[in-house]
Amino acid sequence: MSLLSIFRKTQLVSDARNLTPSQVMQLKASHHKGFKFGLSLLLGIALMGFVLPLMLDASPYDQDLSMRLLPPVWIEGGSWQHWLGTDGNGRDYFVRILYGARISLVVGLGAATVGMLIGVTLGLISGFYGGWVDQVVNFVLTCQLALPGLLLAMTIVFLVGPSIMVVILVIGVLHWTLFLVVVRATTRRIRKLDYVTAAQAIGTGRFEIMRREILPNLMNQIIVIFTLEVGVAILSEASLSFLGVGIQPPTPSWGLLIAEGKDALFYQPWLIILPGIALFLLVLAINMMGDGIRDITDPESQSEGSS
Amino acid sequence: MFRFVLGRLLVVVAVAMTLSVVAFFLLNLAVDPAQAIAGEEANLLEIEQVRQRYGFDRALTVRYVEWFSAVMHGDFGVSYYWNKPVHELLLDRVPETATLALMALSVTVVIAIPLGCAAALNPNTWIDRLALGIAVSAQAIPNFWLGLMLIILLAVIFPVFPVSGDKTLYHFVLPSFVLGASSVPPVMRLMRAGLLDVMSADYIRTARSKGFSGWQLLLRHSLRNALLPVVSVLAVQLGHKFGGSVITESVFAINGLGRLALESILGADMPTVQMLVFVFAFIFLTLNFLADIINAYLDPRLRT
Repeated sequence: MSLLSIFRKTQLVSDARNLTPSQVMQLKASHHKGFKFGLSLLLGIALMGFVLPLMLDASPYDQDLSMRLLPPVWIEGGSWQHWLGTDGNGRDYFVRILYGARISLVVGLGAATVGMLIGVTLGLISGFYGGWVDQVVNFVLTCQLALPGLLLAMTIVFLVGPSIMVVILVIGVLHWTLFLVVVRATTRRIRKLDYVTAAQAIGTGRFEIMRREILPNLMNQIIVIFTLEVGVAILSEASLSFLGVGIQPPTPSWGLLIAEGKDALFYQPWLIILPGIALFLLVLAINMMGDGIRDITDPESQSEGSS
Repeated sequence: MFRFVLGRLLVVVAVAMTLSVVAFFLLNLAVDPAQAIAGEEANLLEIEQVRQRYGFDRALTVRYVEWFSAVMHGDFGVSYYWNKPVHELLLDRVPETATLALMALSVTVVIAIPLGCAAALNPNTWIDRLALGIAVSAQAIPNFWLGLMLIILLAVIFPVFPVSGDKTLYHFVLPSFVLGASSVPPVMRLMRAGLLDVMSADYIRTARSKGFSGWQLLLRHSLRNALLPVVSVLAVQLGHKFGGSVITESVFAINGLGRLALESILGADMPTVQMLVFVFAFIFLTLNFLADIINAYLDPRLRT
């Protein structure tokens, strides 16, 4: 560390001496361009997915066979009546893409929650107890990492029968390793700290120590991983649906829309391009927010756009 | 070193055994193999006959031991769906997927390592930001969509590459770019972080004070140490390439293991799926094992 950066750091601390930690975070967040961009984009997409459909009087399932495969408004033949065109069954593409945001967000949040519950629990237990418990968990981790996740997810969804609930559970059960690795490492470090020993000395139970003394200190890291895993889960759902072993038609999942548009690759490429852009923007927003939260909650970082 | 290798080997064998148990029980409990062979329209009597003829009426544990010892003897069973021995199916398709995976890994290496080095040598400049931007975007692009976009752009609008198929190596260019791109972000980030770390080490300062700079410093002093963690991640990524081939092969109509996997799943052909899960896991474990050995060879501190 150079002298200059030490100097800058002490200055930062002295500037911030009257601020509470949460105020410091707010200050950092308000200066972090990536975080602000990601958060606004995500809020925008969430509003469009959950609120806008309530105001529009249209269903993603309404077919009009006289209006099949209309192009978007900026291509010749398009009209403002269906400004993003229609699909092969004459359903309004804009409305279908809007509803697709719901599916992606619900599956992403649900699957990341399932993964978090598994990973954090295992990480806390193995980090806290160590010894043979840790070795068993480590073995399970090695097995999980070696499994071909996508292939297994496809198989299970196909066998159990595809529904949103099954897709959420399967993706969640296959995406917990990052939570485990990070939570375990931090738990191992924290449990040797004096305040944990103190809690033990006054007779606090092990479960209570994990829940009340250790878990709160892991929250920042867990939130960062959770955010990034939401992005991963959304892409997994899209892949499964694209391959035909995820969300089933006529539900408007973005991956499924792309699969349905695949046959029209040569003549109606927008059927593929539009939902793909939506998917890209959503995952980009979530990842930028996750990277931002990491910078903001890390006490070492000096805010400002870098990661 | 010998003890280290032996220890790692034991872990690989233990994990492989566990996974074979998991794969076998999961798939045999989930679908009734007798039903799958007899077909959708078969009545209960026919299913029962099939069950007895193939020995599916015996305990699952007995059948597992039988299956496992057969696998150890190179007999992977017979596919219900393709009506062929599973090992023939697999061997037929290995060349396509191996070509795809290796070419994809080369794409990753060629893009991610120079990009990571450039970013680490010019921290907080536009080069660094560009590299980071590429990583962030590549992480958010759905793999199959990137494939379709490239087909629209480079095979339909500008017909430079074939749309699909696997006849020549030329057919593999777009698919391996798609499959390779997904590994660029983690490898690039690791390369950047590792090199940044090494560049602030004491021995690099010494080398600098002796007058080394630029490429010479990078190639002769820092890259070797920074590449260590990258080697293990590349091994992991190559393992993922085999699993990830499912999507790429279905987009580009390549007749490899990934496409076989999709077709077998949709055909409820559990002997093939079971073997594929096991083979992919085994490839992954082997690659990791090799990476561990290479790392331990290069860095004696890791031999624990």
